[in-house]
Amino acid sequence: MRVFIFAALILLSFPGKGNENAQRIRLLEEKLRCLVCQNQSLADSNAELAGDLRREVREQVSAGRSDEQIADYLVQRYGDFVLYEPPFKASTALLWIGPFVLLAAASLVLVATLRRRRRAPEEPALAAEEKRLVERVLGRDESAR
Amino acid sequence: MKRFLLPLAVFILLVGFLAVGLKLNPREVPSPLVGRAAPSFDLPLLHQPDKRFAPADMRGKVWLLNVWASWCVSCRDEHPILMALAKRGVMPILGLNYKDKGDEATAWLKQFGNPYELSVVDADGRIGIDYGVYGVPETYLIDPEGVIRYKQIGPVTAAILEQKILPLALVLKE
Repeated sequence: MRVFIFAALILLSFPGKGNENAQRIRLLEEKLRCLVCQNQSLADSNAELAGDLRREVREQVSAGRSDEQIADYLVQRYGDFVLYEPPFKASTALLWIGPFVLLAAASLVLVATLRRRRRAPEEPALAAEEKRLVERVLGRDESAR
Repeated sequence: MKRFLLPLAVFILLVGFLAVGLKLNPREVPSPLVGRAAPSFDLPLLHQPDKRFAPADMRGKVWLLNVWASWCVSCRDEHPILMALAKRGVMPILGLNYKDKGDEATAWLKQFGNPYELSVVDADGRIGIDYGVYGVPETYLIDPEGVIRYKQIGPVTAAILEQKILPLALVLKE
């Protein structure tokens, strides 16, 4: 009995064709945005349209279309907005490059600030009047003796 | 004083971006279909299921394709405007009855009036997907060559009709 269960588990753990497709569909649906509840993926959304689009994705996967073809199909109808990861082009350049530009600018400011601090003298030299005062307090003032 | 100028400028810029962002409507996703040929279909009519209609039948005309359903609440808000437009006879309005039940759809039109020259039935929503429909009602302005010139997501209001759709339709008619 134990051997049988073990064998069954091993058999089940091998991804069959259907299993592979199911996983592909799942991954694809997580990369696509539902347009009705915009912060949910097709996989997560309960909206009716999401159901229809999931049906479309499933049918196209079983019809043997590639992930790119299916994504293109939806982009043609709903725009880049359906993709959680928008393609790099002129209108999205700021989106992709912006964070790195900000990071570089912030690093420059940080380096400049650190340098300026290091170059500045730790404490300003004592003025002659202050020096005399300190020496008097410390009891080293020659004139006071 | 001077050292605060740069952060202040950055702050004002950020506030500016956020203010603009607040005014945008995130539900309005620009449609890639505007400027492209209206997807073709061949669907049965709502009132005469044995007859069919295809967008190619409207070649040479400027027309509106309005996606509606009896279950769609904002379609009721929009309906009087479509009725008035149909009465003025500026351009034909055709309906795409989206994911609806036939008897409920006809009852709805009987109750609220029928502004459509005809309505076609998209029972499973597949043609809706081809048109990128995600929030009924949606309205497409289609030119004599069969190209989509404008897409309204959500109800057509009097302002949108007067300021956007009608002026564009007049230009397209010439």
